Amino acid sequence: MTQLETPKTTAVVTHHEVPQKWKWYDYFTFNIDHKVIGIQYLVTAFIFYLIGGLMAMAIRIELNTPDADFLDPNLYNAFMTNHGTLMIFMWIVPAAIGGFGNFLIPLMVGARDMAFPKLNAIAFWLNPPAGALLLGSFFFGGSQSGWTAYPPLSLITANTAQSMWILAIVLVGTSSILGALNFVVTILKMKVPSMQWTQMPLFCWAILATSVLALLSTPVLAAGLVLLLFDINFGTSFFKPDAGGNVVLYQHLFWFYSHPAVYLMILPIFGIMSEVIPVHARKPIFGYKAIAYSSLAICIIGLFVWVHHMFTSGTPPWMRMFFTISTLIVAVPTGVKIFGWVATLWGGKIRFTSAMLFAIGLLSMFVVGGLGGVTLGTAPFDIHVHDTYYVVGHFHYVLFGGSVFGIYAGIYHWFPKMTGRMMNETWGRVHFALTFVGTHLTFLPMHQLGLQGMPRRVAMYDPQFAGINHLCTIGAMILGISVIPFFLNAIWSWMNGPKASDNPWEALTLEWTTTSPPAIENWEVLPVVTHGPYDYGRSDEGKPTAQTAASV
Amino acid sequence: MQDSTLNAPEIALGSAASHEEHQDLRVFGLLTFLISESLMFGGFFATYLILRGGAAVWPPEGTEVELLVPTINTIILVSSSFVIHLGDTAIKKNNIAGMRLWYGITALMGAIFLGGQVYEYLTLGYGLTTNVFSNCFYLMTGFHGLHVFIGLLLILGVLWRSRRAGHYSATKHTGIEMAEIYWHFVDIIWIILFTLLYILSVF
Repeated sequence: MTQLETPKTTAVVTHHEVPQKWKWYDYFTFNIDHKVIGIQYLVTAFIFYLIGGLMAMAIRIELNTPDADFLDPNLYNAFMTNHGTLMIFMWIVPAAIGGFGNFLIPLMVGARDMAFPKLNAIAFWLNPPAGALLLGSFFFGGSQSGWTAYPPLSLITANTAQSMWILAIVLVGTSSILGALNFVVTILKMKVPSMQWTQMPLFCWAILATSVLALLSTPVLAAGLVLLLFDINFGTSFFKPDAGGNVVLYQHLFWFYSHPAVYLMILPIFGIMSEVIPVHARKPIFGYKAIAYSSLAICIIGLFVWVHHMFTSGTPPWMRMFFTISTLIVAVPTGVKIFGWVATLWGGKIRFTSAMLFAIGLLSMFVVGGLGGVTLGTAPFDIHVHDTYYVVGHFHYVLFGGSVFGIYAGIYHWFPKMTGRMMNETWGRVHFALTFVGTHLTFLPMHQLGLQGMPRRVAMYDPQFAGINHLCTIGAMILGISVIPFFLNAIWSWMNGPKASDNPWEALTLEWTTTSPPAIENWEVLPVVTHGPYDYGRSDEGKPTAQTAASV
Repeated sequence: MQDSTLNAPEIALGSAASHEEHQDLRVFGLLTFLISESLMFGGFFATYLILRGGAAVWPPEGTEVELLVPTINTIILVSSSFVIHLGDTAIKKNNIAGMRLWYGITALMGAIFLGGQVYEYLTLGYGLTTNVFSNCFYLMTGFHGLHVFIGLLLILGVLWRSRRAGHYSATKHTGIEMAEIYWHFVDIIWIILFTLLYILSVF
């Protein structure tokens, strides 16, 4: 392989009166630098990941035996509700979109910051109060109706806690809308002129699609939650059938957002995959355009599939038919991506770094989760296993085996850029091995539990399910232990790790052309793109494929 | 602007346009936000239509809508969109006094609209919790009223800032433009709301 060249830069803008480096306390303040905000998002999200994870541990200990002998059933419900809510709204979405998006998007498109830096900081600072509201709700009994908050259950249990839950989600939703509009404007308008659309890193395409989806779906959830809030606190009856309301209406409003939320959680991860795999396989990504456009396709189709969550809610057959077909169609662009990554790996010079291990692990997990999704997307099968552990197993494969693996891959990949230090690879492998084994052991048996008919969301169950549940609990404990090497590695490396070079993985995207960690204004001089983001091993590599400094 | 920095090497070094002067993207950002915001109203409209579709009598007995005050209100709000545009045209001709005049009138019309809405609430004879129609009615008009109020604050903010000489000019009027766009948005939402809640309820 010939020597790779990093993108060339040219003198464009200089002389900025700014400090050279942020101090540690700058990360605890209202800072408008996108890199600080990205790390703020990530660190906050990881804290909530730990809290949500502890809740999961408690839930699994409870389910280790058929009786409710560890948690009081009400507390179990509160833990289950808040585990789901925290993991979705306070962990995956903020980490994948807020964290990686904010840190990387301006760096990848060659901008000095996001389009609206102050708005960006505001969007982040809506998160901590939301988390505080969720955790604070435990002092008022804890919201107990599951993360879906379906009425009438959410109207009759723990009203104060439920209202706090609603306010928390509205805060996070606002944050998500503000963040998304910032991403859309930044990507569409602030890309360096020398970068063609087909030279934009795939992560940017993924974040663009994610943001459009967030902009279109989040407000509808907000509308539904406002109505629910009024029902709980102000005596209205939107969702009270005895007074002319309609409970299924809530499900429509809820799933119109919450199904696309699945893509909000996975599209950025697909973006991370598309960055990590070609770099560590030393090959151009297979099917750049197909992967870019499939993100947009998932974004559009994803808006028309929400009713597959409601096949058992009295949905008329024609609707089941329509939403079964549209749901299955989503598998097509997703499959395009998977094949693109596999084809990229094919014949590549693969370096099994921790980031790459997690990326490959994600591929296997996501295929299992995705196939489970296809089975659930078909109405007849879904009706059979609805609200059983089959569903729990499926979405944990997608969200843990997919999103969480992707976030880990992203952390191992960009840690040198974010902190200027390398992570320990050996401990990364230990972390991967534990996580991989733990995930399969926890979530694969759940499919079997579901097929046998064990309902989800219950603290007590029939003793015939005890054996498999025991297996799941052992897996969950392994998963719980798996975060320890990761956190120790991350914290220790951040403080004492070996210094990272500017481009330790020899990647070709723009974020690697600046220093590690990036200077406060990102670049002394803005970069000029001279070749595509994934031109590894090509015969013309290193030669300019776009405008050169001389031609502008 | 980015284009000019890259295409004009002679302005590099020293006097370079820095990123602080990147394209003004605020209008684009606002439009993106309003697309999102309109889907929130979309959620309310969908709710209204579904509840209406499931009801035997709509609006239910005892919650008949009054048309007089809201019609006057609608005429005021819709015409205010034209008035505010005159203000925008004025500032583009560097006519700050004209802009202030038209924006002042718009603010007044917005205030009258809100006053009319409060008057309507006080005289209707039914409240938020009367039935599912009144739930929708008060929630949707109230939510829209909140948006009118925010628009009013934006316009007053523009008027407040315009006291400073040179704050706005023919080439520097993004804030004014944004207040106008927001006002048009509030107006468009009202037209849909008025059609759904009032006209379709009566006919």
